[in-house]
Amino acid sequence: MSWFMRHALPILTVVIAIMVLWYAGAVGLNSKWAYDKAKRANVELSFSGLIADTLSQIKPKLPAPHQVVAEIWRTTALKNITSRRSLVFHGWITLSATVLGFFMGTGLGILLAVGIVHSRAMDMSVMPWVIASQTIPILAIAPMVIVVLNAVGVSGLLPKAVISMYLSFFPVVVGMVKGLRSPDHMQLDQMRTWNASKVQTLWLLRLPSSTPYLFTSLKIAMAAALVGAIVAELPINQNGGLGARMLVGSYYGQTIQIWSALIVAAVLAAVLVALIGVLQNITLKRMGMAR
Amino acid sequence: MNDIVVNAKNLSLTFETNDGPVHALSGIDLTIKKGEFVSFIGPSGCGKTTFLRVLADLEQPTSGEVTINGVSPEQARKSRAYGFVFQAAGLYPWRTIGGNIRLPLEIMGYSKADQTQRVNRVLELVDLAGFEKKFPWQLSGGMQQRASIARALAFDADILLMDEPFGALDEIVRDHLNEQLLVLWAKTQKTIGFVTHSIPEAVYLSTKIVVMSPRPGRIIDIIDSPLPAERPLDIRDTPEFLAVAHRVREGLRAGNAYDD
Repeated sequence: MSWFMRHALPILTVVIAIMVLWYAGAVGLNSKWAYDKAKRANVELSFSGLIADTLSQIKPKLPAPHQVVAEIWRTTALKNITSRRSLVFHGWITLSATVLGFFMGTGLGILLAVGIVHSRAMDMSVMPWVIASQTIPILAIAPMVIVVLNAVGVSGLLPKAVISMYLSFFPVVVGMVKGLRSPDHMQLDQMRTWNASKVQTLWLLRLPSSTPYLFTSLKIAMAAALVGAIVAELPINQNGGLGARMLVGSYYGQTIQIWSALIVAAVLAAVLVALIGVLQNITLKRMGMAR
Repeated sequence: MNDIVVNAKNLSLTFETNDGPVHALSGIDLTIKKGEFVSFIGPSGCGKTTFLRVLADLEQPTSGEVTINGVSPEQARKSRAYGFVFQAAGLYPWRTIGGNIRLPLEIMGYSKADQTQRVNRVLELVDLAGFEKKFPWQLSGGMQQRASIARALAFDADILLMDEPFGALDEIVRDHLNEQLLVLWAKTQKTIGFVTHSIPEAVYLSTKIVVMSPRPGRIIDIIDSPLPAERPLDIRDTPEFLAVAHRVREGLRAGNAYDD
């Protein structure tokens, strides 16, 4: 009972509140269509009739939760995963671009951070560009990168991964610069008394010390990578992906399809971030650095 | 070849700060012979730690000369002539005790077999045999500091520089570690430079006590201890011990250490 009170109840309360708001919103936003329809048919719309209609429209302004759940069920469990109507199929395409871009971004981020920490020139010159890169809206950059790369014959996974990388390297740079600088004066002096080289100090002290910072950055980077992959799927109709699915949905006013793709993307992000969290707990515990 | 390990002549160090220059060390003349146990004592700001750090090539003197084993501190550091023990044990939490002691050995490129043999030897020396596989958090503060001393002993430096190594520990643990340190010193015949702000600790451990005072950091008195090499803990109740402690206190008073 106390476990329920402490852990389940707060979450449940929030979920219920969201559901109530969502259903109320669906009724409100979809009522105009229901009233117009009733008017054209010359019938008086009762309250129960209004509810029933607003929660079961084919192209509602705001689909009701159960419609989205039903759509997700229909397009995941009930579809062959190789079908172009399967969200698993589209999710996999987005996931592979996300993960590839995430690893590229993490690698680039760590390399830049190592350079910035070791070279004053890089600290002064690269950091402003890193920050500037993030002030440009990704929606402006993504189509250019996709189109340009397509024009030179690079298509499919890589251009999308590049966009993911573009978004995910930033938190890694910022976190790792802080992490690589986290050893205190005493620890650095100690390395100096042993006449350790910069490379040895990096491998034996700076990198292990930065691990907690790395994991925090990786969580943000993973979520950003997913956003990048989805945005990268929007500009031109490509061979599937959650972004493409949303785009097609918006062409044809298939709001339920858009929402189900959105929810699947959100769940995907949550699972990926949770995986990093598990890895973080195991690693930091083994390194004796758990809080 | 003479047996002078440290030779400082008219050594000064001035830090430039926003509030003007701070004379951390001023006109330091000191020689330390091989096998001596030298304590530096004085109030904070007297430059005792700074002097140790100059010897370790962690600070650069502004003027004057200093040699370690006849060469500059930088050359001495590069030839790994000394082991340095800091106030905090500074063990890496992600390495076992054995792994921490192995750390400088890895950096210095000792062979695997040699590393293992040395780790076992120094663990024995600081009475931590059997703790090789433990992690730092599994050890008490005193044991961690012993591990850090073991780490400084693991490579063949014949000088041991210790910067208030027991300053963060309680007095009971401290007494015990002082006793052990003397045993260790007798066994290894190292030359030890030891910074402390405890008068009993300085008198109990040292063959030579350097009393310092602040603003500018300078040497007030150098006392060659008349105490015998064999020192049980209760030597601290003998008149000879109290006489030395008294002289240290007089030196500190002369240097205005008790003013604020």
